[in-house]
Amino acid sequence: MTEQRSTSALLYLSGVTVSFDGFKALNNLSLLVEPGEMRAIIGPNGAGKTTMMDVVTGKTRPDSGEVVFDGKSDLTKLDEAHIATLGIGRKFQKPTVFESHTVRDNLLLALAGLRSWYKLLLAAPTRAENARLDEILTIIRMTEQQHMPAARLSHGQKQWLEIGMLLAQDPKLLLVDEPVAGMTDVETETTAQVLREINKTHSVVVVEHDMSFVRALGVKVTVLHEGSMLAEGTLDQVSADPRVVEVYLGR
Amino acid sequence: MITRFLVQGMDRNLRLFILLVLAVGIALPLLNQLVPPGNPFHVPAWVMQLIGKYLCYALLALALDLVWGYCGILSLGHGAFFALGGYCMGMYLMRQIGSRGVYGNPLLPDFMVFLNYKQLPWFWHGFDQFWFAAIMIVLVPSVLAFALGWFAFRSRVTGVYLSIITQAMTFALMLAFFRNDMGLGGNNGLTDFKDILGFPVQSDATRGILCFVSALALALGLVASAAVVSSRFGKALTAVRDAESRMRFLGYRVEGYKLFVFVLSAAMAGIAGAIYVPQVGIINPSEFSPANSIEAVLWVAVGGRGTLIGPVIGAFIVNFGKTWLTGALPEVWLFALGALFIVVTLLLPKGVVGLWGQIKTRSRERRARAPA
Repeated sequence: MTEQRSTSALLYLSGVTVSFDGFKALNNLSLLVEPGEMRAIIGPNGAGKTTMMDVVTGKTRPDSGEVVFDGKSDLTKLDEAHIATLGIGRKFQKPTVFESHTVRDNLLLALAGLRSWYKLLLAAPTRAENARLDEILTIIRMTEQQHMPAARLSHGQKQWLEIGMLLAQDPKLLLVDEPVAGMTDVETETTAQVLREINKTHSVVVVEHDMSFVRALGVKVTVLHEGSMLAEGTLDQVSADPRVVEVYLGR
Repeated sequence: MITRFLVQGMDRNLRLFILLVLAVGIALPLLNQLVPPGNPFHVPAWVMQLIGKYLCYALLALALDLVWGYCGILSLGHGAFFALGGYCMGMYLMRQIGSRGVYGNPLLPDFMVFLNYKQLPWFWHGFDQFWFAAIMIVLVPSVLAFALGWFAFRSRVTGVYLSIITQAMTFALMLAFFRNDMGLGGNNGLTDFKDILGFPVQSDATRGILCFVSALALALGLVASAAVVSSRFGKALTAVRDAESRMRFLGYRVEGYKLFVFVLSAAMAGIAGAIYVPQVGIINPSEFSPANSIEAVLWVAVGGRGTLIGPVIGAFIVNFGKTWLTGALPEVWLFALGALFIVVTLLLPKGVVGLWGQIKTRSRERRARAPA
């Protein structure tokens, strides 16, 4: 066990199995993500993509298997809050910002640092924190809207705010769940650019259906099928794999 | 740091409102004591007592709003914390009666003599001292809230399930307090109080002071709540209300936030109950009845949840209505209560305070449109 934990991989999944009422959402899944890597995970509906995210972020406990982050933390024993503070961020399919808070407060809540309730009771944002917020507001081009409640933002602005929140959280590993669902082609292209930009300083795992988006990312692809890994490689390699063709086109 | 923490939370409206509450608490007793009866400005003692009672209800509503309006925990058992605070005060007041009771026992309250108690039950010790009772008024509701919240929030019990648990809690306490062998007066509760801190409870002067204390407690409750909800803690708290799992994935231990605000709220409710009891002269198990807690929810809903002024206004509106209707048309009150629930849910989701805000924005928009 110990020698496996001292892996160089940032995220290490080995033999992970999750079943819901007998249905195996994940079946002996193994996966390695190296530091600095961006990985795309594709697969048909019900392949276990979201369950895998749930296991990594502590929402779902696996029945068996190992999940190790950064070579030392056993994620199967930690709760969501602890895992988040270790440096794993998660972006959901639907943009979830705090609607009743202003744009700036949304970023402040996400900002890495204070999390305990008794410290926040008396803390005011420090100069460094304010400077970082200004910086992020400039990056996501929302300085003018910073005092506007998030509820009044357009769908696209909410996506940007959420990206800003991820920058504020500054995770080592970012899990992104179907970022381009419901987007236009132009928005999809912009999102691919933004993810590549984020990948310069963070490791990223993207779960996506949209093949043209995955192609635009141009990264290593893992294909999931019925809870296990079916194939791994570049998008061209995996799309040439007859088994992949069968699960995707056979339906 | 502490002063900034206390002051930053209050905007101008809230400061004016707190001053208004204090002004009422000072003016009523003065108008009662200094202006002779017969003068049109004289405030009769019963009015003062009634307002004092409403002020306590308002503090209970504020406490409930802190958990419901700001953290999304709909407690249907806040009346229990109010009643527990009331019982702690009642026990102190009982011990002050001394040998002036009907049976003249210097140590045992009347109901204990009547029930053949040979000695004072262990939990009655210390209640002859006001400072001890004052600590218990805060401690007993807080400990209960902590125990309940600890288990419920850790097990991630939320929404309607949590509401049902809190409702069950107050119902269970009511049944327990009805029993004579609880040693707390059974269904008669605690009453026949003589004096508080050496002042006769029944006198108008004492009632005036109690009315002022009620206003002061509400004002302090508003200051404390404003400080909490406008701090970074408060921002996190409303974020927990709006998107709990998102907060977890941002690394917040949501349980700690909920537990703190739940305990704070229970303590405030306990204080409200404690100030309420000497003004009405009795505390009995019916204060635990689930209907009381649900009424308190209605006060908050009518006034406007998620605002600090709302619950206070709501408590006053509904209780004025109740006092007036139960006097004028007693059989109508329960129907009016039911109708109010429906009207507020359908037409006033943000309560009276929200309605005021809507009217203001609408007239501003109309004015903005007019010159074009």
